[in-house]
Amino acid sequence: MKPRALVLTGYGINCDEETRFALDFAGADASIIHVNDLIENKNLLKQCHLFIFPGGFSYGDDTGSGKALANRIKNNLMDDFLSYINRDTLMLGICNGFQVMVNIGLVPGIDGYGGDAQVALEYNKTFRYQCRWVDLIVNKESPSVFTRGIDYLHIPVAHGEGNFYAPSGVLEEIEKKSLVTMRYAGPDRKPARGEFPGNPNGSVNDIASICDPTGRIMGMMPHPERGMFFTQRDDWTLLREQYNREGKPLPAESDGMKIFRNAVSYFAR
Amino acid sequence: MQEARYRLEVFYKITDPRGNVIKNKLHDLGYPVEKVYLSDNYLIDADISENDIVQVARLLVQPVIQNYTINKCYTPENFTCAMEIGFLPGVTDNVSHTVRESIEDLLKRDLDQERSVFSSTTYFLQGPLNTPTIEAIAKELHNPLIQRVQILAEDAYSKKGGMGRALPLVTISENPDADRVNLDVSDEELMKIAREGISDRDGTRRGPLALDLLSMKVIKNYFHGREKRDPTDVEMESIAQTWSEHCKHTIFAAEIDDISDGIYKRYIKEATMRIRREKGERDFCVSVFEDNSGGIDFDENFIISDKVETHNSPSALDPFGGAITGIVGVNRDAIGFGMAARPVANRYGFCFADPRDTTPLYRGRDESTRLLSPRRILEGVVHGVNVGGNTSGIPTPQGFVFFDERYKGKPLVFVGTVGLSPKKVRGRVSVGKKAMPGDCIIMVGGRVGRDGIHGATFSSEALSSGSPATAVQIGDPITQKKLSDAIVREARDLGLYNSITDNGAGGLSCSVAEMAREAGGFEVELERVPLKYPGLSPWQIWVSESQERMTLSVPENKCEEFLSLMRKRGVEATVIGHFNASTRGIVRMNGKVIFDLDMDFLHNGLPRKKIETSYTRPRNPQPVFDVPADMRSLFLEMLSRLNTASFEFISFQYDHEVQGNSVIKPVQGRGKINGNASVIRPLLDSTRGVVLSQGLYPSYSDIDTYWMAACSIDTAVRNAVAAGATLDHLAILDNFCWCDSNNPERLGELKRAAQACYDISVAYGTPFISGKDSMFNDFKGYDEHFNEIMISIPPTLLISSIGVIESIERTQTIDFKNDGDLVYVLGMTADETGGSEYLACIGERSTGRKYIGGTVPEVRPGEFMKTYRAVEHALSEGILASSISVERGGLAIALAKSAMAGMKGARIDLAPVPASARLRDDTVLFSESQGRVLVSVSPGHRERFEALCAGVLFACIGSVTADERFCVSGMNQSTLIETEISSMLAEHKKTFANY
Repeated sequence: MKPRALVLTGYGINCDEETRFALDFAGADASIIHVNDLIENKNLLKQCHLFIFPGGFSYGDDTGSGKALANRIKNNLMDDFLSYINRDTLMLGICNGFQVMVNIGLVPGIDGYGGDAQVALEYNKTFRYQCRWVDLIVNKESPSVFTRGIDYLHIPVAHGEGNFYAPSGVLEEIEKKSLVTMRYAGPDRKPARGEFPGNPNGSVNDIASICDPTGRIMGMMPHPERGMFFTQRDDWTLLREQYNREGKPLPAESDGMKIFRNAVSYFAR
Repeated sequence: MQEARYRLEVFYKITDPRGNVIKNKLHDLGYPVEKVYLSDNYLIDADISENDIVQVARLLVQPVIQNYTINKCYTPENFTCAMEIGFLPGVTDNVSHTVRESIEDLLKRDLDQERSVFSSTTYFLQGPLNTPTIEAIAKELHNPLIQRVQILAEDAYSKKGGMGRALPLVTISENPDADRVNLDVSDEELMKIAREGISDRDGTRRGPLALDLLSMKVIKNYFHGREKRDPTDVEMESIAQTWSEHCKHTIFAAEIDDISDGIYKRYIKEATMRIRREKGERDFCVSVFEDNSGGIDFDENFIISDKVETHNSPSALDPFGGAITGIVGVNRDAIGFGMAARPVANRYGFCFADPRDTTPLYRGRDESTRLLSPRRILEGVVHGVNVGGNTSGIPTPQGFVFFDERYKGKPLVFVGTVGLSPKKVRGRVSVGKKAMPGDCIIMVGGRVGRDGIHGATFSSEALSSGSPATAVQIGDPITQKKLSDAIVREARDLGLYNSITDNGAGGLSCSVAEMAREAGGFEVELERVPLKYPGLSPWQIWVSESQERMTLSVPENKCEEFLSLMRKRGVEATVIGHFNASTRGIVRMNGKVIFDLDMDFLHNGLPRKKIETSYTRPRNPQPVFDVPADMRSLFLEMLSRLNTASFEFISFQYDHEVQGNSVIKPVQGRGKINGNASVIRPLLDSTRGVVLSQGLYPSYSDIDTYWMAACSIDTAVRNAVAAGATLDHLAILDNFCWCDSNNPERLGELKRAAQACYDISVAYGTPFISGKDSMFNDFKGYDEHFNEIMISIPPTLLISSIGVIESIERTQTIDFKNDGDLVYVLGMTADETGGSEYLACIGERSTGRKYIGGTVPEVRPGEFMKTYRAVEHALSEGILASSISVERGGLAIALAKSAMAGMKGARIDLAPVPASARLRDDTVLFSESQGRVLVSVSPGHRERFEALCAGVLFACIGSVTADERFCVSGMNQSTLIETEISSMLAEHKKTFANY
């Protein structure tokens, strides 16, 4: 079955177009929806299988990234999202979308959904917006649907507030339940241990992404849609040279597509 | 003083990461600050119950890390003083707007748009700080032109119970009518009006109209002769705007010496027209010099547009505000191109003074007029483009920084935007927009305040507290993002409007009058324009340059649909009048006519200047010095100079991956080295690409502006070709930033530069598609001893290049990639070190001042084109493993960049380098001769590559090595340079390590 995907837009969300493209590219039937249109027509959520909070600067990060858009959702769509989650659906938040989901209380969702935030995505340790490519190792124990069969990803981050923080109790829970889905690593694929730039923001335990206990809801700081094509990679001209000399064909896709393909194949049952 | 009902303070339960960063920054600046705490404060003045305000507070905190107080001040453990910084009354406060919307959404009712919420931040500083130190710190943390500061010592803060709840409301009572301006006066008085402005009722002058006597007389004759009356202030102000150098480019249009049609028509426009004629069928220009941007073919269905602006004066005053309004403003030149283009990439270019220079300059004779330090300007400008570009979701891959002490009084801030537009919108040619008689005039986006009125003039008296900052503006990227999305993704393709343009310089007075040319005339009801706060005079509303606004021409029958769409998208849109077929523009305020002009006079009444120039070629002796003994240390020093060092700290903080269109990035290779061109893929379902680069050589202006301009064009072209562009589909843009432009010598230099623009662009067949000039970049003020000084920038020409390629797969980066690859240099090296980074370095080493020299690089397009064609072919056949254009710093820097980027060693021999004569080693290494490209090729492709280079001067000068050592031997085979790649990287990256 071709899953129907909704990609949220409005108020400064700005990665919606390329995210929709990646979803269609992966075989979904994706469309972009303005938050105001969703509020006007809540039933759209009822026909949706895969909901995406894309990256961007919703409300310009005023009063804290993701905060204002989370308020807009809580004030108008909370029940609808709760019943959406209770169906066998998927939800992915990327970068600012992750920050929004945290503030709505959808991830890590340890004691249910929709309450106060349990974790925070803080200002980067460098206190500087960082747009750079990172290496990510996937936690094989995590229940996440999105990272099935993936060991490692090379895709970019681009954010000023991605420094993952959780109070010790919550952090323990998250680790115990294996809700961490990706960690920042070095090119050697070993954890970055907080070292910049491998860990670009200072996240505790190198956490780049977490999911809820069902594995159907995931938030991630890195941008899979910016790693769709081979030619998006920061090292593609070097790899091209190596492949050519080894007489290998050039790949068309890049690591980010695996996330979207996993989401789509979840419904191919 | 009015007080807010509530004051909310949000603070951290855990350590506030911002605190440490600010503490460290202040430490670096030498302040003994030991700890910094912050609180984010919100004054809320609305009818909200005690219960509801708690819900409101919960909207504002992140409960995991933050807590809040309501009408009770936050007080950290121990601190020495508290410093609250908020905006001056009337200055755009984006945070407060967001908070207001969240509250409205929570309570499901509207609050007053401009006076219900205000935001501020309090810094609590701890350390041995005396009053003067605290005041100095306050200067570091705020900009008095746009921000207010309140400082309280710990005890006073506790006694007073915090910072208080006084509302920063705008209190201005301008007269609501238009004044008559009496022009029945002497020439002296006419000039006084032109220079100091129309006098208000209290006698104070409003600031310059910047018109010359001839123009003033033409205006006087028009009103007394044709209109039989004196003008209103509204009419005078808008004529001044429309006729200003900024809008009409009077110098480029003027009759200059024997050139009756002027510099622009003769050298720039004619070059483009000739190139288009000569290209015939292969002409790719679509819309040049007519619209908000220039446009060329992208493919059969799309147009790619480009525009580069400058925002120099505003950035000198308020670096952050100037830069953010600059980048967000030039985005509107894409949105306002044709029926609206989607911005797909930003460009930037900054010319600064040495950020390590701490000697003060003053605008006036007292301490309070001190200019911001070069470092403050650099940091503010870099951050402004960061916030503007990143927040708007537009990638910012391409840019440069250049340093010269003469930018200390006036920095140059170049900002550009590339746009993508369909060729047809609902069957209509998108570049054929036309406002029709009867269409509604609709203003969309932000509201109107006194922002940017007489923006070009630094009228500090207008900036006293209590009155809003007028010369500077704060950008609001989100307001514009909403506007942009609603127009580009929806309204355009629904065919809801006939024409669209930007509200930039001159505000409504220019945008409405411009569009009226398409229809005929217009009528505007000025009281309908939504204002940020009451009390504006009609002339201020009409010429205000408040940001994030566009003007559209919407047919009556589409008006409702358009307005409701904008409402749905949270975009304010207001019908302010109608276009008509008359020949007059009429503006009313509450029914009273305050502006009634003949449109032809407004647009074409400006008398053409006639200017005379003179030219004397500067005589700079070629300095005499021996080849430096220790070439290794010199080489490492050359890698770390302001103009050659890595500026990755900018590249990494500017999002260049958003929209998923990035192909060739601003930093390249494993070593992450700044390249000199970028490539994007604006349509994800097409493999066509757009190559972006630029060239700029202000230091050559000290020798000859002709070759300065020629080299700028050659470099812009060469950089693009080296990354994969083709000369068959490559266009350029010009940005002249000149100085002292009433001086015949400066105008003579301008004429020579323009002559070169014609010669070289025609020779390469690269048409100019858009341009902008800024003619008076001079600083008149006082030095550190309060002696009068004037600092003029070096005549600066930025040439930006934009090329379209069929496949991004043919593009290439600068990094060496494989051990054993052969390193080739194409093109001839000559003794052309004049104006070079090398002579500057040698001069500073031995005399403390840059050497200039006399032998400036020259451009031979016929010869160079052969080289560029060879590179094109080699790239299209995929036989180059790396490719870099030889630029500032010469062959040595190009070699170093390729090696550092690849983190590969290289063994290089200078002897075979093709040269004009037998040259010194240092000349071969550092001469900036144009037309050269450095590539690496796998041995397997050697024959094919050399065959492609038939007829081109080229030589194999070494190879890429497995070790990470960089070795160069000189003409006599002796080892000149031997060093590790790691030491080179360290030197190259240390300069801006702490930025």
